[in-house]
Amino acid sequence: MVTNITNLGRSGVSDWLIQRVSAVVMALYTLFIVGFLLFSSDLDYATWSGLFAQTWMRIFSLLAFVSIAAHAWVGLWTVTTDYIKPAGIRIAAQSIIILANFVFLVWGIQVVWGA
Amino acid sequence: MSNLQVSLYRYNPETDSAPHMEEFEVDTQGRDLMVLDVLHMVKEQDNSLAFRRSCREGVCGSDGMNMNGKNGLACITPLSDVVKGGKLVLRPLPGLPVIRDLVIDMGLFYKQYERIQPYLQNSTQPPSIERLQSPEERDKLDGLYECILCACCSTSCPSFWWNPDKFVGPAGLLQSYRFLADSRDTATHERLSELDDPFSVFRCRGIMNCVAVCPKGLNPTRAIGKIRDMLLADAT
Repeated sequence: MVTNITNLGRSGVSDWLIQRVSAVVMALYTLFIVGFLLFSSDLDYATWSGLFAQTWMRIFSLLAFVSIAAHAWVGLWTVTTDYIKPAGIRIAAQSIIILANFVFLVWGIQVVWGA
Repeated sequence: MSNLQVSLYRYNPETDSAPHMEEFEVDTQGRDLMVLDVLHMVKEQDNSLAFRRSCREGVCGSDGMNMNGKNGLACITPLSDVVKGGKLVLRPLPGLPVIRDLVIDMGLFYKQYERIQPYLQNSTQPPSIERLQSPEERDKLDGLYECILCACCSTSCPSFWWNPDKFVGPAGLLQSYRFLADSRDTATHERLSELDDPFSVFRCRGIMNCVAVCPKGLNPTRAIGKIRDMLLADAT
């Protein structure tokens, strides 16, 4: 058993599952957005803004943002443990990644849910 | 022209400050020899060459090495399988410390093997004769027990190169699943609880280098997938 404290799920199984589920959510969201852009004729501000005004779209977007943040945390945590061997630099890099994920998540929520 | 160019990784810690490649020429008389035979011919020219070998028939797993970029057992690899452009390049298995020439320190490899507790554990009362298995239960061990621990797989795995102290590696995990799948072993839950961290099993990225090089044709990636399924079933 190798102990870890900076990975998202605190366990390998949990991280593995989070990575798969978040990937599926991101794929669905991407397909939906691309499909919407391709198939909505005369796309204007009102259509776009109307889409994001609906509750289900806000939930879907928030789910996608949370998925991106979790996916990035798990993935980049793995990269740092593979390639950054000095513990001090690794902890600093992981802290920056986790903080950036948090900032982007709150910013995303504000864009979609804010006034 | 039956001369073969052999390029060998040489390192003697007592005299060399750094490893270097040394060129040899060997007359194979046009025969499709095994790489190990060529090594013996080189050793006749320079008896300071160090390499491990024992059974010379792919059973003991001593002569694992990197031949023209691919790990394998020198004793069962014919020249026709590896030689490119009349040249044979031999290096030690990558990723582990070199002791001398083609001899590596396999300490970390064995440490990971030891970690998975490679022996049967059973907490129930032993029967008077032996613990029986049905033919179906025995079939589950096929493709697992044949491993000879030559380390060709683990030393071809980038995840093992980066984290040999934390990631068990394909050889250890294949053996781990050999005991997880054994109907006579009752320590399944304890074994799984030692493996559910982000490194031991989950550092496997499924690139299947291990499968590509295994001289016994085994499939550690499939075994790792089965361990992952068991971990998932145990944890959800």
